[in-house]
Amino acid sequence: MKPHRLLVLLAVTSALVAADAPKVAQPAATPALASVSKTKPVPFPKSPPVKPAATPEPPLYESTAPAKAECEIDRLVVAKLKPLGVQQVLCSDAVFLRRVFLDVIGTLPTAAEARAFLEDTKPGKRSALIDQLLQRDEFAVYWAMKWSDLLRIKAEFPINLWPNAAQAYHHWVLASLEDNKPYDEFARELLTSSGSNFRVGPVNFYRAMQSRTPEGIASTVALTFMGVRTDGWQPEKLAGMAQFFAQTGYKPTSEWKEEYVFWDPIGTHTLAGNIAPGKASIDEIGKPASAPTSDATSVNAAGEAVFPDGKKAKLTQDRDPREVFADWLITPKNPWFTRNISNRVWSWLLGRGIIHAPDDLRENNPPSNPELLAFLEGELVKAKYDLKHLYRLILNSNAYQSSSLLRDTKPEAQAQFARYPLRRLDAELIIDAINKITATTELYTSAIPEPFTYIPQGEPAMSIGDGSITSPFLSLFGRSARATGMEDERSNKFIAPQWLHLLNSSQIQKKLEMGSGIKDIIMMRRGPTHTLEELYLTILSRMPTQAETENAMSYGEPPTGVNKAGKPRTGKRTEDWIDIAWSLLNSSEFLFRH
Amino acid sequence: MSTSNLHQLGMTLCRNTTRRDAMQIGLFSTASLLFANARAATAPPPQALPGAPIKTKAKSIIQVFLWGGMSHNDTWDPKPDAGYDYNGPMKAPLSTNVAGIQVSEWFPKLAQQADKFSLIRSMTHGNNGHETAAYLVQTAHQPGERLAYPSVGAVFSFFRGKNYKGALPPYVVLTQPQGRFSEEGFLGAKLKPFATGGDPNATRFEVEGVISRSISDTRQQARRELLARMDTLRQTAGGDAQIGASEQMKLEAYDMILGKGREVFDLSKEKPDLRDRYGRHTFGQDCLAARRMVEAGVPYIVINYPGGWDTHSNHFQTMGRQAPELDQGLAALLLDLKERGLLDSTLVWCCGEFGRGPKIDWQPPWNGGRNHHGKVFSVLVAGGGFKGGHVVGSSDAKAEEVKDRPVYPVDLLGSVYQLAGIDPKAKLPHPMGLEAHVLPYGEEGVKSAGLLNEIM
Repeated sequence: MKPHRLLVLLAVTSALVAADAPKVAQPAATPALASVSKTKPVPFPKSPPVKPAATPEPPLYESTAPAKAECEIDRLVVAKLKPLGVQQVLCSDAVFLRRVFLDVIGTLPTAAEARAFLEDTKPGKRSALIDQLLQRDEFAVYWAMKWSDLLRIKAEFPINLWPNAAQAYHHWVLASLEDNKPYDEFARELLTSSGSNFRVGPVNFYRAMQSRTPEGIASTVALTFMGVRTDGWQPEKLAGMAQFFAQTGYKPTSEWKEEYVFWDPIGTHTLAGNIAPGKASIDEIGKPASAPTSDATSVNAAGEAVFPDGKKAKLTQDRDPREVFADWLITPKNPWFTRNISNRVWSWLLGRGIIHAPDDLRENNPPSNPELLAFLEGELVKAKYDLKHLYRLILNSNAYQSSSLLRDTKPEAQAQFARYPLRRLDAELIIDAINKITATTELYTSAIPEPFTYIPQGEPAMSIGDGSITSPFLSLFGRSARATGMEDERSNKFIAPQWLHLLNSSQIQKKLEMGSGIKDIIMMRRGPTHTLEELYLTILSRMPTQAETENAMSYGEPPTGVNKAGKPRTGKRTEDWIDIAWSLLNSSEFLFRH
Repeated sequence: MSTSNLHQLGMTLCRNTTRRDAMQIGLFSTASLLFANARAATAPPPQALPGAPIKTKAKSIIQVFLWGGMSHNDTWDPKPDAGYDYNGPMKAPLSTNVAGIQVSEWFPKLAQQADKFSLIRSMTHGNNGHETAAYLVQTAHQPGERLAYPSVGAVFSFFRGKNYKGALPPYVVLTQPQGRFSEEGFLGAKLKPFATGGDPNATRFEVEGVISRSISDTRQQARRELLARMDTLRQTAGGDAQIGASEQMKLEAYDMILGKGREVFDLSKEKPDLRDRYGRHTFGQDCLAARRMVEAGVPYIVINYPGGWDTHSNHFQTMGRQAPELDQGLAALLLDLKERGLLDSTLVWCCGEFGRGPKIDWQPPWNGGRNHHGKVFSVLVAGGGFKGGHVVGSSDAKAEEVKDRPVYPVDLLGSVYQLAGIDPKAKLPHPMGLEAHVLPYGEEGVKSAGLLNEIM
């Protein structure tokens, strides 16, 4: 991680909090503030316009613009939708804004950012926003979180990377994303690195698995880079692939918990007089208790190295077999490598793989739109595995920008991406959004404080590298256990205790009441309409509708007592405003990608 | 060095040990296999299962978990003749209302209820790491396997929760989850215990999310109606399956916030003298709250003891403070359950992840502490089909090793499942579709000496 990141984030956060504060009271904006709040303060009427609007409001969630198939993705998607009788409908600008912020950088837009985008009348503003977001620092932070799930970055049970190694591993993933490292290089480093788990981040790939037998490693490699589950394979097939990893050695050093991952062609653990416990002891630890003693761990065992496509490999004594495997895997000709990552990126953005589940590639699980997948693969190869190119293509498509409202319940329509599916936000994103809105923070700790774990206040949950560092909120909301690296390991389905927490916990209520975020908006006292707009822009990234304004204005009791000038209080009681903010925080619109 | 520093050092060293132990599970369990009681064999499935109709006796289970590991010598397996190096300042043990059973001086109230519980004095797994031992005791599976198994509580509520229609979640923990141990395992978030938070001994037991300090019922209702009106996306996309499922869960939550469920947590409904009998401390009132939950039909309740038993230093001081509270709460619970006719259908079990070293660490920095001890320790079981007034197995003269009739985790949990009418060979749903069973019968390294038939 860049050393200045934290400072930058903190500075931006405070600037943005300031941007939400009354603009009259803040005439001299800081440069950071100026750059995010280009727009003029919106004039607000003195009395709330509760009268019915003269003209009907435009649809809230959908765009009235027709969806024209302008790019190849759309032509391919529409080709499948047409026979189903489904017409694409685009989402509204407000929906797009919130969607693309959450999907690309895992972060809510500020009220100022929302206002700026909604008021922007330039054509092509969506594309421009996509380009901006792909350049933001949070892009790497958010996607490092995603990759950390898949690469199982966790210090403790059951992965047991140990804290220093988890940090080194996460640091490497984050730096790779910041540099936009081409995906083929990223994969090669993970597969072929050697060295200390504390110093060479990617070697932890070989440590972050519950089974370190050659078969266990092969299963993990297949899942991660081929999107294939080896559970259904014939044992011989797995054994053939396992040979490429049978010479992977693990050796402790005199530093506590440090471990070298290295190519160990002669099985140093078997040498007479070698006192390093090395591979032998690690094998013992990594072995499932029920597994038979595996002869395949010995390089002397007669076993042929066979690639998953059935081709036999010739292993020689002068080359690390992991490299031989990487050479086979990491090429556009490989039938799994490019397909797996293209399909995954699509599923991450569209909520569903073209092959679904995205980590279940097999012959009898065909893609719902083979041409589309082939097109994405071709684009990724042409772009030399620049993943951002793929992101950009997908984000600019009508498929991505389509409405999330339900039109057609046919499963075929879902599988052909007739709409953007509603999905509950990840645990980290919910708490980060709540903290951002309320200007509060959260304490993240590791239950096993060795070495002592301290996450500076104000760090977003999505930036935590080690899955063992957590909070009650994160575990309640189904953060990934990072035990298997499966895509569905993260549980984003609502359970009742999560609702109890959001609706009625002292934690959330305190954030709303005590945090300066909501309080500052209420205390501005620039008229109820303005307060409501600011709450909406801050929490839901859009303006309230007529109906919502009426609902909010009619809520609660008239205030009692007198104000500073000795006159009876007018407007709304603070606790009623808190309840309105609370209702927005508990709305489906806040909690679901939509 | 001040006491608190010393304590911290103790904790640090303890954690070091723990982590190394965790790393050496493989080796350790192999070694313990070799040295453990020779009578034990690799576990075959218990005789009565499967096929035989299982009679369900335990409708609810209360598990009192003594995180950190409670000394067995100083509590339920006293060895008065072992000498000062083993007993320190402990006085002579107490006789109980069952002839021949003695408990330590700290359990006078429990001593009067000995006819209601049985003591297992030969529990063993040989593991000395907190996480791994806690996993062993509560799952009976070997730590280090590829799968992270769910705890007995999650398994029980998985099977029992299917027909459960109560107002409270099927699996509740008072008041904090165990933290280092993932109770739900691979069964996922739905089987996670609901942690109450709050303090039942406070004027108002503020169960996080259920009982709110600042929100009146009127405001609660007003907010609920406001949310329904303001949730524009739900109104627009109401037919969506995701939203539908989420609304269902919200409904359940509101049943707890505004419905009958929360009355369970209102301990002011109990008579003051009964509350006194349980003890006006968190653990005592935890026990009372647990009894109220049993009455409300909650299948599985864990009391995660409020305070640790990991007494590397300050051992006798900590024990002298905590053990009498444990005594009072547990004794009141058993008596109260019995008086209400609930003991036959409510299984109570209480233990830590291991015992503590029988020989006292007199040397600095411990100055009279006890280390982890997984070779032998004690478990209290009562009700739900377990007979009272018995002792199962025994430890040797100094409580260092199993002397007679070892009880392994599969034996204890197998018996619990048997009484709960759950087939220990039943399949558990694994998200990756892997083979997973309630208990690991027949797997390598899993040892068994048979169900606790002598007290069932």
